[in-house]
Amino acid sequence: MTTTAPAVRHATGPKVAPTRHPFRWLAAAGVLLLLAMAANSLVTNPAWEWEVVGQYLFAPSVLRAVLLTLELTALGTVFGFLLGGVLAVMRLSPNPLLSSVAWGYVWVFRAVPLILQLLFWYNLALLYPRLSFGIPFGPSFFSVGTMDLIGPVTAAALGLALHQGAYAAEIVRGGLLAVDPGQREAAAALGIPRVRRFFRIILPQAMRSIVPNAGNEIIGLVKGTSVVYIMALPELFYQVQVIYMRNGRVVALLLVAALWYLALTTVMSVVQHYIERHYGRGR
Amino acid sequence: MIEIDGVHKSFGALHVLRGVSLKVAPGEVAVVLGPSGSGKSTLLRTVNHLEKVDAGTVAVDGELVGYRRSGDVLHELPEREILRQRTKIGFVFQNFNLFPHLTVRENVAEAPLSAQRRPKAEVAETVTRLLLRVGLADKADAYPGTLSGGQRQRVAIARALALDPKVVLFDEPTSALDPELVGEVLDVMRDLARSGTTMVVVTHEIGFAREAADTVVFLDEGRVVEHGPPGQVIDHPQHERTRAFISRVL
Ligand SMILES: Nc1ncnc2c1ncn2[C@@H]1O[C@H](COP(=O)(O)OP(=O)(O)O)[C@@H](O)[C@H]1O
Ligand SMILES: [Mg+2]
Repeated sequence: MTTTAPAVRHATGPKVAPTRHPFRWLAAAGVLLLLAMAANSLVTNPAWEWEVVGQYLFAPSVLRAVLLTLELTALGTVFGFLLGGVLAVMRLSPNPLLSSVAWGYVWVFRAVPLILQLLFWYNLALLYPRLSFGIPFGPSFFSVGTMDLIGPVTAAALGLALHQGAYAAEIVRGGLLAVDPGQREAAAALGIPRVRRFFRIILPQAMRSIVPNAGNEIIGLVKGTSVVYIMALPELFYQVQVIYMRNGRVVALLLVAALWYLALTTVMSVVQHYIERHYGRGR
Repeated sequence: MIEIDGVHKSFGALHVLRGVSLKVAPGEVAVVLGPSGSGKSTLLRTVNHLEKVDAGTVAVDGELVGYRRSGDVLHELPEREILRQRTKIGFVFQNFNLFPHLTVRENVAEAPLSAQRRPKAEVAETVTRLLLRVGLADKADAYPGTLSGGQRQRVAIARALALDPKVVLFDEPTSALDPELVGEVLDVMRDLARSGTTMVVVTHEIGFAREAADTVVFLDEGRVVEHGPPGQVIDHPQHERTRAFISRVL
């Protein structure tokens, strides 16, 4: 019996010597050395201008910019994933019109660079000075000036959400497909209503593979919001640029932005960890 | 209780069910035997309309399943009606298909709460009673992932029974189990059979068929080759194909 042999040897036979890993130690020493050099230069090189960093890290204009970055991220995430969820369900539906519309959406919005799209939405007013709502080719119920409806923040949030929606659609679709078909079948056989089946049985299981990918996307989006600087929106990246244009402290202010992005993504990683744990229950 | 009449079903060019008829009386236990690919699962799945039939009818408890007849035409029922009919038909799968993110208690309570909209307190009582019945009262708060295969299948049986169904269908309930776990599941099923539950069981467990079945049906290539009491079909099969199959699985 292979299961009893080691126990016997343990009692009487020779000891097993631990394997030595000299190269691991060497590599670790090398990495430590590099880290020490980096730390030393960060602390001692005056070009980092840590006192300037400290001065601007919590400056009101920077805090407002951080808030706008968060707001754009939140809007992009919430509306992006709502849209993505709807697109994913459409894509998986047996209705060929719905599924091809969803496919077409993802095709277009993954192809067009975000920055181009943002400029496009920003300039929508040129294309359609007034937006009206009504029956196609028929009467219109009401109409508003595009500028009034789509301000820069809305345009930015819209662009981010529409862009994010295309990626979210694929993530959600992948998650839904990863759920064992037997789960749908069992739920249907039990007579559980369709909507309940989706939200209670399928989606929570799909979340197990959606969350890690979504976390990636959302963290990408935090930084992705920095491209809206081209719309002159005072989010974090734009704001530090404004400040260093004025005072010339480029490196210090880039560092301010970097520290904030680091802080935001750290918080998100922690939140993601707990969400993953929640949906991983039972495994 | 179940009346299957002339059911045909094809998947593309594959004609899986070729005119199957079968009657199961209230309280009767029918065991369906047949080689792999003969259409056993498909037949069970037509009974609760997981699979639509191409021709023929299925009725449970005197009610046509999945369709409404008007004159000579069958119209498919709206989803709500089909779901309501399914609550009268328990289904136990080969791979259990328990909901892994829900506890045992939540698995069993889900359908009575959401499909039958029964009051919480009443459902809680039902769950407790059923878990006791399948010998898993102490596992109510466990997740399926922590249970053995035999325990999972017993939970799945409790989940099917929670709807208080008129009939329970079993699709190879012990085929995914380690041999030493088959017995505990068959014990629960025998207990059900004795208590007068109407059951259709697809299985390769000839011993179970012999003891518990009122009727044994031998299905091959989408047709009922022969059916009758176990003493006849298992011990004195009339058809060569039945004989060959029985001698292979015994
Ligand atoms: N959804 C499906 N699509 C296509 N072929 C199927 C489907 N379900 C079953 N079949 C085929 O139908 C035949 C009968 O299957 P099944 O009823 O599962 O047989 P059994 O349960 O007796 O082994 C098999 O050849 C199987 O491959
Ligand atoms: Mg089968």
